Amino acid sequence: MRALLLQVGYGRWILPVLLLLPLLGAAAILLGGRRVAEGEDEVASGAASTPRRLATLFFALEFVLSLGLWWAFDPAFAEWQQVFDARWIPTWGVRFTLGLDGIALMMVLLTTFIMLLASIGSWTSIRRKTRAYYALLLVLTTGMLGVFMSLDLFLFYFMWEAMLIPMYFIVGIWGGERRIYASLKFFIYTMIGSLLMLVGIVYLGLAAEHAVQLHGRMQVVPDFSYDAIMSTARISTTAAYWLFGAFFLAFAVKVPMFPFHTWLPDAHVEAPTAGSVVLASIMLKLGTFGFLRLAVPLFPTAAMNPTVRNIVLSLAVIGIVYGALVSLVQPDFKKLVAYSSVSHLGFVMLGIFALTVQSVQGALMVMINHGLSTGALFFLIGMIYERRHTRMIEAYGGLARVVPLFAAILTFVSLSSIGVPGTNGFIGEFLVLIGAFKTSPILTLVATTSVIIAAAYLLWAIQRILFNPLDKPENEHVPDLNRRELALLAPLLAGIIWMGVYPAPVLRRMQTAAEQFVRTVETRSAKTTASVGEGRE
Amino acid sequence: MTPTFNLANPAQLTAALIPDLILIGGAMFLLLFAVWRRESREHQRTVGVLSIGLALITLTAVIITMYQRNTATDGPIAVDNFRWMMDVIILLGTIGALALGIDDNDRVGTTTAETHVLILLATSGMMLLAAARDLMIVFLGIELMSVASYALAGLNRRSERSAEGALKYFLLGAFSTAFLLYGIALVYGATGATGLAVIHSRIAEHGLASSPILLIGIAMLLVGFGFKVSTVPFHMWAPDVYDGSPNPITAYMAATVKTAAFAAFLRVWLEAFPQEFGSWHRAVAGLAVATMVIGNAIGLQQRNLKRLLAYSSIAHAGFILVAIAAGTTQGASAMLFYLLAYTLATFGAFAVIIVLSRGDAPVTTDDLSGLWTVRPWLAVAMTVFMLALMGFPVFGGAGFLAKWFVLKAALQAPAPQTMLAVVLVLTTVISAGYYLYVVMVMFMRPRRGDAAAIPETPAWTRFVMVACAGAILIIGLAPDVAVQFANVGAPKIEPIAAAAVSTELYPSRPAPLVR
Repeated sequence: MRALLLQVGYGRWILPVLLLLPLLGAAAILLGGRRVAEGEDEVASGAASTPRRLATLFFALEFVLSLGLWWAFDPAFAEWQQVFDARWIPTWGVRFTLGLDGIALMMVLLTTFIMLLASIGSWTSIRRKTRAYYALLLVLTTGMLGVFMSLDLFLFYFMWEAMLIPMYFIVGIWGGERRIYASLKFFIYTMIGSLLMLVGIVYLGLAAEHAVQLHGRMQVVPDFSYDAIMSTARISTTAAYWLFGAFFLAFAVKVPMFPFHTWLPDAHVEAPTAGSVVLASIMLKLGTFGFLRLAVPLFPTAAMNPTVRNIVLSLAVIGIVYGALVSLVQPDFKKLVAYSSVSHLGFVMLGIFALTVQSVQGALMVMINHGLSTGALFFLIGMIYERRHTRMIEAYGGLARVVPLFAAILTFVSLSSIGVPGTNGFIGEFLVLIGAFKTSPILTLVATTSVIIAAAYLLWAIQRILFNPLDKPENEHVPDLNRRELALLAPLLAGIIWMGVYPAPVLRRMQTAAEQFVRTVETRSAKTTASVGEGRE
Repeated sequence: MTPTFNLANPAQLTAALIPDLILIGGAMFLLLFAVWRRESREHQRTVGVLSIGLALITLTAVIITMYQRNTATDGPIAVDNFRWMMDVIILLGTIGALALGIDDNDRVGTTTAETHVLILLATSGMMLLAAARDLMIVFLGIELMSVASYALAGLNRRSERSAEGALKYFLLGAFSTAFLLYGIALVYGATGATGLAVIHSRIAEHGLASSPILLIGIAMLLVGFGFKVSTVPFHMWAPDVYDGSPNPITAYMAATVKTAAFAAFLRVWLEAFPQEFGSWHRAVAGLAVATMVIGNAIGLQQRNLKRLLAYSSIAHAGFILVAIAAGTTQGASAMLFYLLAYTLATFGAFAVIIVLSRGDAPVTTDDLSGLWTVRPWLAVAMTVFMLALMGFPVFGGAGFLAKWFVLKAALQAPAPQTMLAVVLVLTTVISAGYYLYVVMVMFMRPRRGDAAAIPETPAWTRFVMVACAGAILIIGLAPDVAVQFANVGAPKIEPIAAAAVSTELYPSRPAPLVR
């Protein structure tokens, strides 16, 4: 397989193609299809069939193309792979550079996988303005993939913001009752953080500036390429702390870490099903990915300063426990799952800042597993919501007798989210906990309690939804999952089981990157000189 | 290399003014043509189209002159790329105002063809401002521009708001001109010169940097320019005037008049007073902060679209001041790029407003409710313009790069303006509150039941809208050519800063870190 891929030059063209394909799909959807009347139910009238088929086709193509990365990527090779480099704005020292490491690889595969499911999952739940909806979903994909792929900080920021607008519209137009408030909150929160990061990026690019031959003469231009900034940018210690603060804010809002999480329940609950899935499965990971790629390796002195580190670790653990406790009391099932994300992402942050190879690998596993399990949970909530139009836990009861298939899958996915051994959730959190125990035992002990709370809130919820007496007449005639929905859930279930019993291939692909992350941070922070650059004496 | 033009020689001075003379001569001819026929709808359109033609000819002349790479001796006018680039932006704005004017005059029933000629005359004043290297020429340019603008602001004689706006504009304009003149007089008193280069060299020769007369003069000039570019606290006139004036004229005042005023502002500041950087820098930085914060904060309250854009225009003056406060050639380049992006976004937004306008009634955000469901492409275009004004990447295209350019210039200056950069991004977040509100009502609110049907977009308005949106998006994705033009357009600035950023005022970065 690998030989074949190399024969067709796969590694050279795949990344730009993955970015371009969704844009082509969006253009095709917007240009095709017929004009619809105001407020028309496009699923009933058939107007939705072209856009949703086109979208699913493009997402499927995208996923199949990206699948080749699994083989083309060489796990043992510690450099950027599948690099694509083109000139973009030479006058500003900005290049269009794409490339992958093991972490980005798994995130790209997760994205194309989840987006395919998200488009299938929207077939009947999105009934108005379907052309615009699927076009936005495709544009959003380009933005998210771009963040994972970019090796140029300007491009990174460009893509980082690019995904904000489609998501704003998806939540704001197709969302629930409080969609306008939720979408604005989501937008403003994210923007405050990322604009300060923009100042940081400009600062870093200028710190790495150097003379190049441009337009026939030597000119000093900034350099925004990741490698150049890592190796040549010179920044004073004071500046490093401020810059770390700017990047921290941008990513902490996205993750979201404990005090910055308030946008999340609103956005997740109000978003349409596919929007919630994308938010939870992929967009939250962009924040932790930012920590792994930028905030920590660029400013290790600031990030590994004992005080800073303890604050971040404490916030992570507060997030873990707080998210779990708040989930416990939610009457709304979607909100329960939303708060559980705060808890799970706390584990990721704990793993990253504990800074052992094990804990970082665990964090990476939690990122993927949370994408699969929480994505599946949001899909399931969306499916039952389409049938009963309520998300309140108390409106249900005894569903296991009416919709056995749904009940079985929901139970299974909940178990995986709790982290029962044999499912994917177990591996990641376990690795994080044993990894983090070495560096901060007390905090790890506190974090461990949330595993129990997680079992409590999810099992209690599914007990009330699935197993209590069937006492509400409107629940007696709920249809079970149809074939499309099963086809949608089956790959997720397969993924959950696969990651639970045989995660080695995934771990192996991320191992080099995880080790390199820990090594980079340790060597760079060990330098007593107050610079980010390695070339300083 | 000897300069192409010796400005002491009248014939060569004339040659250096060819684009300006083409415009003024053509405008005179058009004025005669305009009054030659009876007022009518057709005649108004004919004169409008001819005026656009004249602006295009002038634009061609400017571009040809630019590629001749002419230079000139020190004199009252500049022959450099900064002037040509500014002329290009000003003329683009003029074409936008004329094109929108043709349709808007039709819409409100104005048949006076002279409106177009007035725009051309104001433009000739602006081109003079872009060229001025002498405070007297600056004054001439400002007066030529302002007198025509006063008349334009009061164009709609039947409207009370328009009359109020025009009167306000006239009174405050006269007031600010007085400040400007007083400042010029004091600077002349201190240095004995009005030429920018001469002022610069006299300050250096005679050690006038801390002369109180000179400093008071500079302060007066700052107030004068502050009025013209509407910085806080000299912004009070702008919302009323912008609200009362006809739509195309508002766009013209918000974008093009401001462009010209900034051109003169930057040139005077960086060519005549670079040694005074330490004195004026804090004042300019303070104005910038006040303008960004107050302009954006009050913008949040606006529901009348024209007033909203007026406050947006005030806020943008603050962002551009950041580029001036950097006091470097990069700052000048950033300002050029910013003005281009801002002109495109402003004219695009006003094109949308013209489509939505009903008679004399103000367009409010309620009129935009659910626009998406009835006119999707109009809503998409408006979104592009709002995001461009907000400075959002990708979908706001050039607007983001303009902000980026200013940020970069501010941080790249010998005395890095980190504080201004942070205020700039934080106020951008505030501005999201109102730009996004416009986007929100268009896409997320339902169309009101009693909303009037929206007429077909007139041809010229559509042309402006599509051209602006297209340019914003294309420059946003492939900005390199525009950036290069902005870079060559920076005026030759003395290494300002090296001299002016004295160590006690702005301690440079710690010694071992200096490259």
